[in-house]
Amino acid sequence: MREIKKDLIHHPVPGSRWSHIWSGFIGDKLAVFALFIFIFYCLVSFLAPLLAPFDLNDPAFIDLINAEIAPSWISQDYRFLLGTDAQGRDLLSIILYGTRLSLTIGLCAVAIQATLGICIGLIAGYSGGRIDNFLMRCADIQLSFSNMMVAIVFLAIFQSIFGIAMYQQLAMVILILVIGLSEWPLFARTVRASVLAEKQQEYVDAARVMGISSKRIMFRHILPNTLSPILVIFTVQIANAIVTEAALSFLGLGMPVTEPSLGSLISDGFTYMFSGSWWICVIPSATLIILILAMNMLGDWLRDHLNPKVYKD
Amino acid sequence: MLIFLLRRLIQACFVMIIISVISFAVQDKLGDPVQQMVGLTVPQDERDQLREELGLNDGFIIQYWRFATRAIQGDLGTSYYYKQPTLEVIFQKVPATIELAFCAIILVVLVATPCGVLAAIKPKHLISRLLMIISSIGLSVPIFIVAIFMVYLFSIEWGLAPSFGRGQTTEIFAIWDSGLFTKDGLHHLLLPSLSLAIALMPIFIRLIRAEMMEVLQSEYIRFAWSKGLSAPRIYFIHALKNTMLPVITVGGIQAGTLVAYTILTETIFQWPGMGFLFMDAVSRVDTPLISAYLIVVGAMFVITNTLVDVIYGLVNPTVRLASHGS
Repeated sequence: MREIKKDLIHHPVPGSRWSHIWSGFIGDKLAVFALFIFIFYCLVSFLAPLLAPFDLNDPAFIDLINAEIAPSWISQDYRFLLGTDAQGRDLLSIILYGTRLSLTIGLCAVAIQATLGICIGLIAGYSGGRIDNFLMRCADIQLSFSNMMVAIVFLAIFQSIFGIAMYQQLAMVILILVIGLSEWPLFARTVRASVLAEKQQEYVDAARVMGISSKRIMFRHILPNTLSPILVIFTVQIANAIVTEAALSFLGLGMPVTEPSLGSLISDGFTYMFSGSWWICVIPSATLIILILAMNMLGDWLRDHLNPKVYKD
Repeated sequence: MLIFLLRRLIQACFVMIIISVISFAVQDKLGDPVQQMVGLTVPQDERDQLREELGLNDGFIIQYWRFATRAIQGDLGTSYYYKQPTLEVIFQKVPATIELAFCAIILVVLVATPCGVLAAIKPKHLISRLLMIISSIGLSVPIFIVAIFMVYLFSIEWGLAPSFGRGQTTEIFAIWDSGLFTKDGLHHLLLPSLSLAIALMPIFIRLIRAEMMEVLQSEYIRFAWSKGLSAPRIYFIHALKNTMLPVITVGGIQAGTLVAYTILTETIFQWPGMGFLFMDAVSRVDTPLISAYLIVVGAMFVITNTLVDVIYGLVNPTVRLASHGS
């Protein structure tokens, strides 16, 4: 009887990975806290149109009479909880929308990175030989340029090609594409390394003998076993993508002031720092830092807990 | 070893070709040189003739070949805004950027090495825990926010250091404008280099700590202990030497980040270096300058990366073996 029970426990049950992650998760207060912050940010930005006290598209939203009002606990003006910026826009509303934009850009960009990286990593790892060599050489070269540098250069080029007015309309798509395309090697390398290890396993041989197509083996059989390292990179990369986006917007290469992300809000606020209106800059910065910190904490925890090898260099 | 060297060289050439194609495409597709050269009154057929003379109607590859041969001879075109050869414009700005980056790197080495070593040899100590927490937080604070708050605290609130420009510079060897030898120049250098250093430091503290902890586990360190060597000698001479190898490679990889970071810091502090020049060129659509910047930075970058790899290959024989195997 006991033996049967033991047998039962040791059988891999579908979803056991997730329950393993989950049970370790609940034990770690810091990780729970970080996840809570991330979910809070997601919810708030998803519900931004409902939560924001002002409508961003309302022409009355920009009113210079209300410009540079300090946060409510200083100015005692309770119409604007976090004060207003130099154009009289309610800071809380634009921060909500800004977070929404930053998160969207981050998530979409990482989705592109992941898809590209996973496909390339699987193909390189599974087929090996010349293709593998070539793809990994490309990854090396791409990795040696930091993605922020690549993004700055390409956005600058695009901005000069399209002209500023046209560029601002396309800014979001271009940002997602540039950030998304510039950091796939991280995913590709990690996936490739796991694939190389998995390829030696018997179940892959079995699948091959059964005549299953290599595409199916790659995506249905090998890929699920490489998910834990992907998960770690995914979390950290979202944080990276958001920082990159913010930096680009700060340089004036990202989202325009009319449709601000957190980075362009900070950049906008920086000019008013010298005149004493610190809140225009400080509050979006704090919002950004807390989000990044939570993502990095999640990533760190996942890395320690799943202990995958992340191939960064 | 030769094969390894050759491989790195081929890779470097390949990257340079890609960079030059991109920067040529920038120059080619943006703006019309004929329009830049002639006035509004010049009739269309004369323009067409000029176009033919300049060879603008040739194919992409022929034009690229012409561009590449001129580039190798050191002629990367003339800036629209400065009306000077682009290379001259850029090399006037190089000293500022190099001084900034150099000071930041020195600061990082001086601070991150002891911090990382301390955090590795006494992981339970209060200070090293504090260090790890601070560096985790530091990793999450983007560099431009660091720079903004440095400006806010040091130059607006406390008025300790100027927040923009380079201050007084002296000329040494007739080519190098240095801000390192005047009090004013050093004063101006303080904030930009400090914020650059603070932004880079967390990565290195964590890296040095992780590598050091791994090295301390190894056999030869245990042997050194049993031989009765003193603790400082083991930590700083035997362990640190092997710790620094991977740190140097990652440092080489971080060179790209450093370029991006200098662009950001230079924009915030209006530091008259290459990054600032580049952002200016972008806003003025000064295409020859943009493409020249790409080539110069790309070349510097490829050279450092190749050098780091080759040095690493010389120091660490396992790399050579690995490259033979594949």
